[in-house]
Amino acid sequence: MSLETMDKIAVTVPEVEAETEDQILARVKAEHRKSTLRVWGLRAALVAVWLGSWELVASVWIDPFFYSKPSLIWDRLVEWFTEGTQFGSIWLQIFTTVQEAVLGFVIGTVAGVVLGTLLGRSRYWADVLAPFIKALNAVPRIVLASLFIIWFGLGLESKVATVVVLVFFAVFFNAFTGAREVDGNVIDNARILGASKRQILGSIVLPSATTWILSSLHTAFGFALIGAVVGEYAGASKGLGLLISNAQGTFDAAGIYAGMIIITVVALIAEWLIGVAENRLLKWRPSQAQSGHGV
Amino acid sequence: MSNPLIELRGATKRFPGTGGGIHTAVRNIDFTVAAGEFVAVVGPTGCGKSTTLSLVSGLEPTSAGRTLVRGKDVDGIPDGIGYMFQQDAVLPWRSVLDNVALGPRFRGVPKAQAKAEAAEWVRIVGLAGFEDYYPHQLSGGMRKRVALAQTLVNEPEIILMDEPFSALDVQTRQLMQDELLRVWAGTDAAVIFVTHDLEEAIALADRVVVMTASPATVCGDFRVTLERPRNVEEVRLTEEFRDLYKEIWETLRDQVEAARTKGATRVA
Repeated sequence: MSLETMDKIAVTVPEVEAETEDQILARVKAEHRKSTLRVWGLRAALVAVWLGSWELVASVWIDPFFYSKPSLIWDRLVEWFTEGTQFGSIWLQIFTTVQEAVLGFVIGTVAGVVLGTLLGRSRYWADVLAPFIKALNAVPRIVLASLFIIWFGLGLESKVATVVVLVFFAVFFNAFTGAREVDGNVIDNARILGASKRQILGSIVLPSATTWILSSLHTAFGFALIGAVVGEYAGASKGLGLLISNAQGTFDAAGIYAGMIIITVVALIAEWLIGVAENRLLKWRPSQAQSGHGV
Repeated sequence: MSNPLIELRGATKRFPGTGGGIHTAVRNIDFTVAAGEFVAVVGPTGCGKSTTLSLVSGLEPTSAGRTLVRGKDVDGIPDGIGYMFQQDAVLPWRSVLDNVALGPRFRGVPKAQAKAEAAEWVRIVGLAGFEDYYPHQLSGGMRKRVALAQTLVNEPEIILMDEPFSALDVQTRQLMQDELLRVWAGTDAAVIFVTHDLEEAIALADRVVVMTASPATVCGDFRVTLERPRNVEEVRLTEEFRDLYKEIWETLRDQVEAARTKGATRVA
């Protein structure tokens, strides 16, 4: 190797390594931004294609009376939000449904967690009650909505009751499994450290079952909304379920879609809130993001 | 003479075996531990050494014979006992400090005082600066330190240790053995340390109790005369250590072989 090439290597090698830490970070950030943009770009494109083809097909080919089309749905949404619905302001309808869902969700979750954890720790009671719980779970509980209307009337209570029976079982089974899966070693350790039965339940079993319980809350809130809407569908004086059932009665396909969209948005917001709560409660867990990719 | 701190008299533990039979884990165990004494229990793997600890700790009732702590039959968990388990038993959702503070909190010590006590022990086991870490952020050796602090913060008179360092790599294990001796020297607790590693047993203990293959019973009891304080790495190289090792291994070897043959027939 000649002296000249040696010189060249000596000069070029540091140049390759010359990227400072700041530059690397900036590059990684830019790449990240680009990939986010790509993901969202494609998502927007997919929605545009879907809505556009629906609009087109409904305008020239199929009958929008039955299938509606995006522009009609949009008009209906605008009408609801600006002029209100037949049953009063749209916000009142949303508030009613959300109130029923949230109330029932809270009651059902608390009941499910308490009973699930207790039964999960007591083999005897779990054995005794197992067939009844299985039978209750097998009942098509949504039908109870009709019964609750007879019992509690058209108001809030009947909807909350429907939501509770739907949410309870979703949470109960997860809390039960979670309480059962607690590491026996950890419990023995706590006993040796001087924990009473109650302290074990509160500071060992419940936190261990939290992962299980939280994962059930996502589906449980979905059930809560279904319960509230179906309850209103079966009979109510206000609420999103009533709007949809009324739209069905008047052959207003756009109204059904518009109601669906509002419920979907509510569900997405709730999902996001539960996700935030989950991250907060489970901040002790090893995070997936930490493993990272090479830079 | 006053009662020994821990005494097992013909203690036997039976479990329902697989396939409807009865599995005898330990049979007719006799041995005593005096206050402040460090006793290592060695025996072939899976012979029932851990069962002995669960009898003393009161986690499992004795099936026959007697297990006494301070002259009283064990019924439930005796006072002043600490137990370090083989597997990690720290709470993953609590920080290091909160994990160590568990014992005082369970016993009703006010939060601030419990945290102060815990912080002191976290420092003693060499984890100062890691108080707010969660267990998953620590290495295996550090988690063992947390478990050690968690046990010692209760200032137990009896410490039971079930192969606590068996899952660690060799270097970390030696380091932890030294740490254990250092920390233990500052207490006046009696220790029963279960292990299948004879070197570890001799390096740490005042006495080595040898157990037979399953069902376990005591077949040898050796006094370790090595001077304290000991350095675990250095003490291994002394003449005295090697002589002791040879002497105890004579007894242990037969048991290990017996366990092996038994395992072999079971596999075949």
